[in-house]
Amino acid sequence: MSQLRFTKDHEWIRVDGVTATVGITTYAQGQLGDIVFVEVPAKGKALKAGGEAAVVESVKAASEVYAPASGEVTEGNAALPNAPETVNKDPQGAGWFFKMALSNPAELNGLMDQAAYDSYVASLGA
Amino acid sequence: MNEPMITTSGHRALQIEQPLIFELDTGGSTAVDLPDPPKVRMRLGNLRNDKAIGLPGLSEPEVVRHYTRLSQKNYSIDTGFYPLGSCTMKHNPRLNEKMARLPGFADIHPFQPQSTAQGAYELMDTLAHWLKTLTGMPAVAMSPAAGAHGELCGLMCIRSAHDANGQGSRKLVLVPESAHGTNPATAALCGYRVESIPANAAGRVDVAALKAKLGPEVAAVMITNPNTCGLFETECIEIAKAVHAAGAYFYMDGANFNALVGRVRIADLGVDAMHINLHKTFSTPHGGGGPGAGPTVLSAALAAFVPVPFVVHDTKGYGVVEHAGHGAAKQSFGRMKGFQGQFGVFVRALSYILAMGVDGLKQASGDAVLNANYLRAKLSAELTPAFDGICMHEVVFDDGFLKNTGVSTLDVAKALIDEGFHPMTMYFPLVVHGALLMEPTETESKATLDQFIASMLALARRAKQGDQAEWFKAAPRLAPRRRLDETQAARKPVLRWKPSEATQAAAARQAAE
Repeated sequence: MSQLRFTKDHEWIRVDGVTATVGITTYAQGQLGDIVFVEVPAKGKALKAGGEAAVVESVKAASEVYAPASGEVTEGNAALPNAPETVNKDPQGAGWFFKMALSNPAELNGLMDQAAYDSYVASLGA
Repeated sequence: MNEPMITTSGHRALQIEQPLIFELDTGGSTAVDLPDPPKVRMRLGNLRNDKAIGLPGLSEPEVVRHYTRLSQKNYSIDTGFYPLGSCTMKHNPRLNEKMARLPGFADIHPFQPQSTAQGAYELMDTLAHWLKTLTGMPAVAMSPAAGAHGELCGLMCIRSAHDANGQGSRKLVLVPESAHGTNPATAALCGYRVESIPANAAGRVDVAALKAKLGPEVAAVMITNPNTCGLFETECIEIAKAVHAAGAYFYMDGANFNALVGRVRIADLGVDAMHINLHKTFSTPHGGGGPGAGPTVLSAALAAFVPVPFVVHDTKGYGVVEHAGHGAAKQSFGRMKGFQGQFGVFVRALSYILAMGVDGLKQASGDAVLNANYLRAKLSAELTPAFDGICMHEVVFDDGFLKNTGVSTLDVAKALIDEGFHPMTMYFPLVVHGALLMEPTETESKATLDQFIASMLALARRAKQGDQAEWFKAAPRLAPRRRLDETQAARKPVLRWKPSEATQAAAARQAAE
């Protein structure tokens, strides 16, 4: 059974066993506006929780996407660089950024679940 | 409001719709009457052109009109108010241009014998003297070609100093969120890892967070002052002490020196290196109108690492130290630019400094701050300032005043074009939600500011009326072009003009004849 967790920087991570899929949240894409450029990490890249993992650029701003947990990239979403609008259309589905093998699944305990994230977003008041 | 009238010509009154020059090709017109070329045997073999090269043929008046019309589409500080935050779009005094066009300056060449360029060296030395005097710093590197180049110069001096002191293992540079975006880029280019320092609720560096990150790994801290929120970093002296105690250097981004000239001596803040954007602070044209220049002032700790070439003088005259590794340049990190720097900008900047005098420079920085605070005070009637209290040379509002209106910062900016103003900077700094960053500069009159304020307040009031989202989304209405599709332009840019198929076929026929 998969579990979905969120970071304060508005990444989501969906975990199935020791592999996980990462993207940015519906709220994040809404704040960024139309996304025009995405750079995803290459397979094999080592990620540290909280470290830079990918880049997303909209008509307003360029931002880093941070790794919600430590591990190694197993796949970057190759479809995104040519179709960055997918992140706007389906941020928590087809707009995923990369998949990774977790090296320390216990790190997930420090992240928010859906209810906690929803109230976090509500507290931002935007 | 009525939709703009569609004309038969496509022109809108005297705003002429101008195609690309390639599309104006009349096929064979020429501005020059050349004799027929002599008949010679073709010796290009397989390299001969198999079709026409496609240069447009136009008469001289057609070419003159084409480029004049294009030039009329420019918006510039000479045309109108240009409150683009973080850019210091102020008036460029014509005296500067007159001085830069003096033949002795305009026609000079970097390969001239040094004995024939003594006046130019004296000018650079005099400008260097005033930059050092205005900042209280003992040394300056003149050659950096722009602000970010100056940052790189400063960090290369810092890296060289650490290497010379056996501290080369320091690999981390700390940059606050309120710094210019070029700062982390510069540090990364210089081989450093970058870590961010959060801003506090007052929009300034969180000093406690900064101190917590200081350690034996930190090479430098880069702080923009005034920062990108237009706020003075009040804790600079304490920050400098902590940075130096940790064995690191303090870089200050001086792009916003315009707000400080004649009022803050940079050396007193404990700064080790700071670039000065001559093209902003000292009124030389920029933003497509001219090159930048980023002389970098250095503390005594870094002065020895200054890049070559640099001007020196003794009782016999001026000379240039060209090579690192010996003499006055023994510890220089080397060369970062081909020649002396942006000489034409030096002429303009010195002309400005001498024309203004110390009293004028001090008044200019004061007026820059006064004008920004006038906007802040007046616009606060309808807009929401991002931070409490007075600002420096620029003021930032957030989009709180647009909440629940369906109108965005972008929409307000587009509507401002219809009002005849260049929009403010939008969505920057990133730490402010939906930011509107305005920098009026000291060269605008109260009358101009009042016009702009009236337009901004009217737009804000309209947005707040409710049900105005559609009206805003349709702006600009009066510009040569309506709302451009920025998203599509970024996702699928058209970077190259290609002739139509008919034109290509005609060119092929022409070549075959």
